[in-house]
Amino acid sequence: MANTSSTIQVRSSVKKGVATIKCLVSHPMETGLRKDKKGKIIPAKFIQKLSCEHAGVVVLDAELNGSISANPYIKFKFSGASKGDTIKINWADNKGDSDAVEVKIPTERRKRK
Amino acid sequence: MNLQRRLLLKSTLAASATTMAISAGLLTPKAVLAAWNTTAFTAKDVNAALAGAYGNSDLTDSNKIKLKAPEVAENGASVTITVNSELDKTEAISILVKNNAQPLTATFNFAANAEGFVTTNIKMGKSSDVIAVVKADGKLYSTKQQVKVTIGGCGG
Repeated sequence: MANTSSTIQVRSSVKKGVATIKCLVSHPMETGLRKDKKGKIIPAKFIQKLSCEHAGVVVLDAELNGSISANPYIKFKFSGASKGDTIKINWADNKGDSDAVEVKIPTERRKRK
Repeated sequence: MNLQRRLLLKSTLAASATTMAISAGLLTPKAVLAAWNTTAFTAKDVNAALAGAYGNSDLTDSNKIKLKAPEVAENGASVTITVNSELDKTEAISILVKNNAQPLTATFNFAANAEGFVTTNIKMGKSSDVIAVVKADGKLYSTKQQVKVTIGGCGG
């Protein structure tokens, strides 16, 4: 992993100018509708915005609700990419937390034995 | 429960959250900070959610949208949904779950060079229609599929 401290993990590939990006974010995605054992509502904490920038242009701008699964996984594609390009992915949640990561595409895979 | 420990944890967490937000604020482009569409996401039914997100809820059924979802989902906490739009000028894809308390799950807005394709995992409270809505060339198209959620995990 390029950056293990980040909450965002990215896998990507580039084929004939089309980049496929898979990203996985570590996040609880608490809806605010669940209750704990004592019947107290667990406060909402979920990612509201996730975007991907390529060459200074936002290619994907996603608005998410609490009904996206915990540790959200998103896969998308865009064209006009070439190997060695940098993409920037970032998210922000309803509590004001956020994170961002920059990766070169295609991301290198860990070598398998 | 050790109350003081809880309090301490809480306050340190809050503090770190703020610093994180500030440092990330420097990194984050404005697009991310744009307002989240509260009206659409907290709407209680599909039509209201669409009206909030797109300003209208007139859907045209389209067979050019491929919605891939399991017929039976054993775990409603994570249901993999893939939407692939073959419509020209796909601008946005929304995923809605009819029987969820808040149907609108996500809206993906695409740039011109992005393909009308997205895969993600969603939560489903119970069996429901999953509706994929695609905005293409200013119009709304949709397709839907029923997904059965078996909470017991024993199929059926």
